[in-house]
Amino acid sequence: MSTYLSNNWDTILTALRQHIWLALLPVVIGFVIALPIGYLGVRFPWLYHPLVNTAGVLYSIPSLALFVFLPVLLGTKILSPLNIVVALTIYTVALLSRTVADGLRSVDDIIVQSATAMGYRRLRRLTDVELPVALPVILAGLRVATVSNISLVSVGALIGVGGLGQLFTRGFQLFYLEPIIVGIVLSVALAGLADLAIVLLQRLVTPWTRFQGSAA
Amino acid sequence: MNLSYLFDAAHWSLSTDGSIPQLILSHLWYVVLALIIGTVIALPVGLYIGHTGRGSFLAINAGNAGRSLPTLGLLMLMVTLLGLGLTPVLIALTVLVIPPILTSAYAGMRTLDRRVVDAARGMGMRPSQVLLRVELPMALPVMMSGFRSAALQVVATATVAAAVGLNGLGRLLIDGLAVNDYSRVLAGAIVVAVLAVVLDLILALAQRWIVSPGLSGRFR
Amino acid sequence: MLRTRFAGALAAGVTLALTLSACGANDDPLSNDAGAGSSTGTSTVTIGSANFAESELLGEIYAQALEAKQVQVKRQFNIGARELYLKALQDGSIDLLPEYNGALLSALAKGGAPEGVSSPDQVLTELKKVLPAGTAVLEQSAAEDKDTLTVTSETATKYNLKTIEDLKPVADKLTIGAGPEWQERYQGLKGLESLYGIKFKTFKPLDAGGPLTVNALVKGQIDVGNIFSTDSSIATNKFVVLDDPKNLYLAENIIPLIRTTANNPTVSGALNAVSAKLTTENLTTYLAKVQVDKQDTAAVAKAFLTENGLV
Repeated sequence: MSTYLSNNWDTILTALRQHIWLALLPVVIGFVIALPIGYLGVRFPWLYHPLVNTAGVLYSIPSLALFVFLPVLLGTKILSPLNIVVALTIYTVALLSRTVADGLRSVDDIIVQSATAMGYRRLRRLTDVELPVALPVILAGLRVATVSNISLVSVGALIGVGGLGQLFTRGFQLFYLEPIIVGIVLSVALAGLADLAIVLLQRLVTPWTRFQGSAA
Repeated sequence: MNLSYLFDAAHWSLSTDGSIPQLILSHLWYVVLALIIGTVIALPVGLYIGHTGRGSFLAINAGNAGRSLPTLGLLMLMVTLLGLGLTPVLIALTVLVIPPILTSAYAGMRTLDRRVVDAARGMGMRPSQVLLRVELPMALPVMMSGFRSAALQVVATATVAAAVGLNGLGRLLIDGLAVNDYSRVLAGAIVVAVLAVVLDLILALAQRWIVSPGLSGRFR
Repeated sequence: MLRTRFAGALAAGVTLALTLSACGANDDPLSNDAGAGSSTGTSTVTIGSANFAESELLGEIYAQALEAKQVQVKRQFNIGARELYLKALQDGSIDLLPEYNGALLSALAKGGAPEGVSSPDQVLTELKKVLPAGTAVLEQSAAEDKDTLTVTSETATKYNLKTIEDLKPVADKLTIGAGPEWQERYQGLKGLESLYGIKFKTFKPLDAGGPLTVNALVKGQIDVGNIFSTDSSIATNKFVVLDDPKNLYLAENIIPLIRTTANNPTVSGALNAVSAKLTTENLTTYLAKVQVDKQDTAAVAKAFLTENGLV
């Protein structure tokens, strides 16, 4: 194992760096896109069910198929990492727009009414009251999206772009365990770190949730 | 978008090797086996943790930990260790379905109204009766939602089986890719998505049927 | 208070995300598009490879040979089967990759390789006629790696198999394993049927002469496997390679396939020097270092280049 690590350190680092990029960029983009979509699903209640159903279908498209198809749809090159980024962004949006909608719906009507009574207009009420209150739900969704993106990136290795997934295919072709194990360990560790970062972020942005722990 | 592969009748004959119905069957076979094994392992553990409250940390974090295991890597690891066959695929897919089932079984047990449990005890129910006739039925909706998301995930993910030489609908994706036949890849993607939606519908109906009307409020 | 805190934390989150992104800025994966697209004038050569060990080793040898001549190189190995990586070459995702002249000719020529073409020189002449616009081949090496039909020695004894022709009477009892692309290739199932009249009982899509095929053969999950002639597993497992009297598999000399925009005298000089030194024997030896001894591809490539005075 140690010989493998020392011989392939550069390859591993490059794969890891690509993996981070390919997994996290879609989370950021997807989050930004999902916010307004989720809001629309709450603002116009008839949109909610179509939204949830579309998200469900999008989520059930196998990632490999999306990776292969996007070049045809977008005109990108077949080895462009953009295909992976766009595919994972689609999954992120599908997952998060539903969570955003659910989060906003979970906000107690009394809170919304009090805010209105205090003179908040719709947009400010949304940004200052509803979104912060919905944050625990939204961030829980963000954790799921981030972690599953990190594990999905590796499927891209089947088409030549897959961060740590390259280590899997490489080990697999040589029937050689070390690269596969290193790839899995790094991928899981990366997911754990990203997850932890979001949990810490959540503590930072929703300090009030800590004081009511047992009340719920 | 070229749908010729999907709509070619020759690809739908049940008797031809590698036809779409055969691939659907092998795909479903992996999915169902993984779900059964996963449920047998995860459900008792989740119920136990939820019922006793011991090991909650494990149950809460199992979800994300399981999701973070890259299925492709796990599968390739298992094939490298065990050789070609059904077992490595089932291991990889079972690992995928355990977390949502475990977590939702736990959550279902934890979120039910403890006053109802107290009332059941007050009525003189034995612990096993409380579990089987009160807690379990009340936790069922949450548990079913976990099971459904496990099913959706495993339907989409079972496609990776083809990357290590097995069957299932992933064959359409991998083979289509290898021979540069996008119409075949598209057919694979559509059939997988439709299969996922249909399976989810069936499970939704099953849920209506097995969840007590007193809980779903349908007869209110 | 609440509001500023929320906004502040959100800003912190965004900054974190941006910092994370910036960490990888020096090899932004998205720059791939721009870089490869404008390969005219840029000095970076993107090298691809197919999804098997030998192709990656050859790609790495090319890469290091070019780096030794101060050519900027980007590695994009392990792409997939020929059907896929040729597309990547044509759309400019990659500039260069190691190819096999006969297989490439069969893939490019309409209706497969012309009849009567089998020697390396004939194949090269025909190949040059059908290369896609904007691509070129450099000098081919003496090293050959052919597709083979291979069986275990037990199977060979049992059915008395020496050549592919011997399979004809028993093929309906046998399962063949190869990469999924074999279903459609002339040099796969199609050619076996039209040239030799052989139809196997079942086809198992596995990998391109990789470990799946080898293991399936060893374990008897397939009876006949497509394994490359340079593969060390043939000797290790005492496999029997069936002769190909009708030349379904043409000469398969290793040859660099390159986009003309990436080609220049420095590049072609370095690659032709590699081709001049490659032989079937030394390729087999060095490939075994990767496949059997599990040495790192880059180190094996370096050893090859050093030993042959190329770096």
